[in-house]
Amino acid sequence: MKALNFLFLISLIGFTLSGCGERKTLVDIGTEAQILHIGNGTEPAEIDPHTTTGMPEYHLQMALFEGLVSKHPETLEIIPAVAERWTISDDGLVYTFFIRPTAKWSNGDALVAEDFVLSWQRALSAALGNQYANMLYSIKNAEAFHLGKITDFKQVGVIALDRLTLQVTLENPTPYFLQILDHHSAFPVHLPTLLKHGRMDEAATRWTRPENFVGNGPFVIKEWTPGKVFSVQRNQYYWDAATVRLNEIHFYPIDQSLVEERMFKAGQLHKTETLPSSKIERYRQNNSPEYRSNLYFGTYYYAFNVTRKPLDDVRIRKALAYSIDREAITKHITRGGQLPTYALTPPDTLGYTPRAKMIYDIDLARKLLAEAGYPDGKGFPKLELVYNTSQDHQKIAVAIQQMWKKALNIDVSLQNQEWKVFLSNQQLLNFQIGRRGWIGDYIDPFTFLELFVTNGGNNNTGWGNSRYDELMRLSTSAKTREERYEYFHEAEQILVDDAPILPIYNYTTNYLLSQDVKGYFPNTMDYHPYKYMYLESSKKGNN
Amino acid sequence: MLRFIIQRCLQAIPVLLLVATVTFFMIRMAPGGPFDNERAVPPEVLKHLNERYHLDDPLWKQYADYMVNLLQGDFGPSFKYPTHTVNDLIAAGFPATAELSLYAILFALVVGLTAGVFASLRSNTMQDYIPMSAAMIGICMPTFVLGPILLLVFGIWLGWLPVAGWGQIPGDKILPSVTLGFAYAAYIARISRGGMLDVLSQDYIRTAKAKGLSTARIVFVHALRGGITPVISFLGPAIAGLLAGSFVVESIFQIPGLGRFYVMAAFNRDYTLILGLTIFFAFLIVLFNLLADIVLVWLNPKVRQDLGGK
Amino acid sequence: MSANTLPTALLDSEKGRSLTQDAIARLKKNKMAMLGLFVLLFMVVIAILTPWIAPYSYEEQNLDLGASPPSAAHWLGTDTLGRDQLTRIMYGSRISLMVGFIATAVALTIGVLWGAIAGFVGGRVDAVMMRIVDALYALPFTIFIILLTVIFGSSMLLLFLAIGAVEWLTMARIVRGQVLTIKRQEFVEAAISMGLSPWRIITRHLIPNVLGPVIVYTTLTIPSVILLESFLSFLGLGIQPPASSWGSLISGGVETMEEYPWLLLFPGLVLTITLFSLNFLGDGLRDALDPRASKD
Repeated sequence: MKALNFLFLISLIGFTLSGCGERKTLVDIGTEAQILHIGNGTEPAEIDPHTTTGMPEYHLQMALFEGLVSKHPETLEIIPAVAERWTISDDGLVYTFFIRPTAKWSNGDALVAEDFVLSWQRALSAALGNQYANMLYSIKNAEAFHLGKITDFKQVGVIALDRLTLQVTLENPTPYFLQILDHHSAFPVHLPTLLKHGRMDEAATRWTRPENFVGNGPFVIKEWTPGKVFSVQRNQYYWDAATVRLNEIHFYPIDQSLVEERMFKAGQLHKTETLPSSKIERYRQNNSPEYRSNLYFGTYYYAFNVTRKPLDDVRIRKALAYSIDREAITKHITRGGQLPTYALTPPDTLGYTPRAKMIYDIDLARKLLAEAGYPDGKGFPKLELVYNTSQDHQKIAVAIQQMWKKALNIDVSLQNQEWKVFLSNQQLLNFQIGRRGWIGDYIDPFTFLELFVTNGGNNNTGWGNSRYDELMRLSTSAKTREERYEYFHEAEQILVDDAPILPIYNYTTNYLLSQDVKGYFPNTMDYHPYKYMYLESSKKGNN
Repeated sequence: MLRFIIQRCLQAIPVLLLVATVTFFMIRMAPGGPFDNERAVPPEVLKHLNERYHLDDPLWKQYADYMVNLLQGDFGPSFKYPTHTVNDLIAAGFPATAELSLYAILFALVVGLTAGVFASLRSNTMQDYIPMSAAMIGICMPTFVLGPILLLVFGIWLGWLPVAGWGQIPGDKILPSVTLGFAYAAYIARISRGGMLDVLSQDYIRTAKAKGLSTARIVFVHALRGGITPVISFLGPAIAGLLAGSFVVESIFQIPGLGRFYVMAAFNRDYTLILGLTIFFAFLIVLFNLLADIVLVWLNPKVRQDLGGK
Repeated sequence: MSANTLPTALLDSEKGRSLTQDAIARLKKNKMAMLGLFVLLFMVVIAILTPWIAPYSYEEQNLDLGASPPSAAHWLGTDTLGRDQLTRIMYGSRISLMVGFIATAVALTIGVLWGAIAGFVGGRVDAVMMRIVDALYALPFTIFIILLTVIFGSSMLLLFLAIGAVEWLTMARIVRGQVLTIKRQEFVEAAISMGLSPWRIITRHLIPNVLGPVIVYTTLTIPSVILLESFLSFLGLGIQPPASSWGSLISGGVETMEEYPWLLLFPGLVLTITLFSLNFLGDGLRDALDPRASKD
């Protein structure tokens, strides 16, 4: 037996060593050949920009498509893309875009204004089932068209004035409209290709297959093997092909962040999608230059179901919100440089930082609890906190449970739920306290504050306030930024005073990035266009 | 024997229909639908999505439609990966899963049988204790612990083997196969030792011993046949379990196999994909159990008589 | 088994007590088995006494301390929330031992009976019973558990049933395979010809004679059951934090085994020791219960 074991071990070692003559890792080889290997979360569901919703899909779309405008990779300022310039009318309602004559599709066809008209008509057609159609609702009559109230797309505020001029008329002045043009639901699609494989408003046809695909981004699809890899290669017809330096990008669908981290360490990835919180500490201590942490435009919070006792009492909600030590959570548990937060909207959102703030005051919390009829937590009813299964959510929940126990002397039980079970319970208001998180779609406070309008699709707290709803309405027709922000400040104050939510921290993105990757800039939108990236070996000597 | 096989094949039909039916209704009862997302789907969009996938039809009609398609061998399109059909996904994922399972079971059989048989020959000596202790550790050590440990040692510290991929970098198939096969090797070692001990204490073996036959002859000619019967019974479900249980290994090693799709499909409520994979796995389970029974019959004439007679 | 042992086998049922005494005597002579038994008893006693003897509270956190290696204050170190690991392992043993034993007992009972009946009766009954097993094997377990949690909520009882419900399948197949082999042996045929009731034959003659593989498989089932529990917690069934179990400690420890190896090492060690003890005891029992073994 021992001999057999030994033999096996020897053969194993021999076999592996024979494959190890070459010391170069996948990353080293990739760097030489300008092939970027990155982790990309889950398997992409689809790449049609008008039917997808997730981040993994968006990353692919950033490589394969381009909107009228895009964002500067560093400052996030709006910069020209398919449109070389544009004008905005004084009332902020009419945008005229001038499409660059050099813009082409990846099959060599010219890209013209009419392409956008047809693409947006498709994006807004009800039959397609576009979950993000509402991103285009700021365009005049877009909502009515999507809901079938009007059927003639000519009434929608999009028109091709001539071959290369596109005019867009809005419903209301929308300060963030240009940002929305860089959202995937505003990307153009190549109609002739679509029509070859199905109807214009048909989803999930075979036009997105590597052999059929036509796009207008810096890259085109090379290979798509489910569960293994999605790779793209340079698009020679891209108008700015001279800027693009990567030859290929290989996106790996890796569900588990621990797997990614290992692959990075073994030189199989240039970049990971995330880094689990349990691993962050180590990279921090080593001052690893590969560990990156950037503020991210999102908020992690708990939602109270205000229709359930005892959470219908604002004093209880406040007592719970005032008695948790957010600093301790970000410092000891999440550890990724997250910012403790006391309001919903993240700070410095295009110059808006919420004035309203919750406080951390255990004495006040105890007083509020006593006023609500539970001095020192006596007789406090059963309360349950639910979260979707994840080590990180669990650690935070356990810590907060303990903080409530210590500060208020109340017992809150925890319950984890499988993702879809969790979602359905949240939507049915079948919970007491639920974990939530929200990432902004565009940089504007509205993307956060809009969540809590009465009966909003993502409100799911049972909470509503008529003044709050009014403020949201007023903000859409405000004349100046100052006026808008005043409405937002007032709304945020209502949210803080009424406490249907318990904000905990603002997200950060934590990930590992090889030093070979250049042209990569940190920013709060986690926005990293691939056209600017390139690879350059950072290794000194022969390693 | 032929009649036995035909009979069993016919029996497989109701089994598969039963599995399809129970699974169909079970997944529809599970909360959350395929389109539920962190961000609520606007009701008007949801209506269109439900129409497209006929989720607004009465359940009995959906069931009837599904069964009609199923009988034609069509599993339908995946809900989560709508540009792929379930048939496509199975065809894409099965080769990796099958290959991984094959390597794992070969590893398990070679290591497990050798250890088990050797241990049984000198029971309650070091030759027994050492491999059996190793087997115990192998059983305690779930793949989700063993995999990361092997990766840490051979992938990160020593840097001998790749930490992920399948057929991408030379040597990337070794660690996943060993990880998946290890626990089964341990089971097989324990079971074959037990089976061998049972046989070795039987009278005909004692007679053979008394006759002065060599150990090797006793083991290979007389004992092994009976001794590995429990291993064969175990092997049928084990291979099926291996195919389905490869999920953990496929995730840890980033292998594009069916196991990963199966579990993700359950979490995504990808109705058609769950059903398709369940039926596919059911078919494999029936098949391997049948094979195990055939081998069992072949090894044991008395059972053959029993089955063949009826 | 040959004809000359027939009388003993047939008399098994009649002189059960003396055989049991016999078995106990044999077991007592097996040192490894007795050691295993004592370790297990020790574990059980610790598990029962834990609320009174645990050094700390299982939920008491010390965020400033965080994960710390073994020290005088915390013998087995602390986890990332600064909780004492020894305490959490001790509390975890209450859950894990209970799950391990009860769920396995459920699986054992159903599996052995099902397999023995199918194998003994044979024919159509066998075919139907085994095809049911095949079908159950194939059902998607994850969805099954999710449904259970949704319909019945998350309770410990459900946890035992859920685990028992899946673990009996392999047991049934193994037992049936064994029964098929022995039912044609003379002592069973003799019992049939003597007109004993099928129930009596199954319980008194068949099951005792398949105990060997059954005990072996049982000692293998307990560890997988203990670990399965952590997967079920993942789906929301079973224990909820801050309570701990060995399974959840181990799966948590894997994540940080490079940074904080003690978080994997100690729970893993405890589980391993338990399983070794079980295994030695199992082997001892198997030998002790087998009338043939004593003659060697």
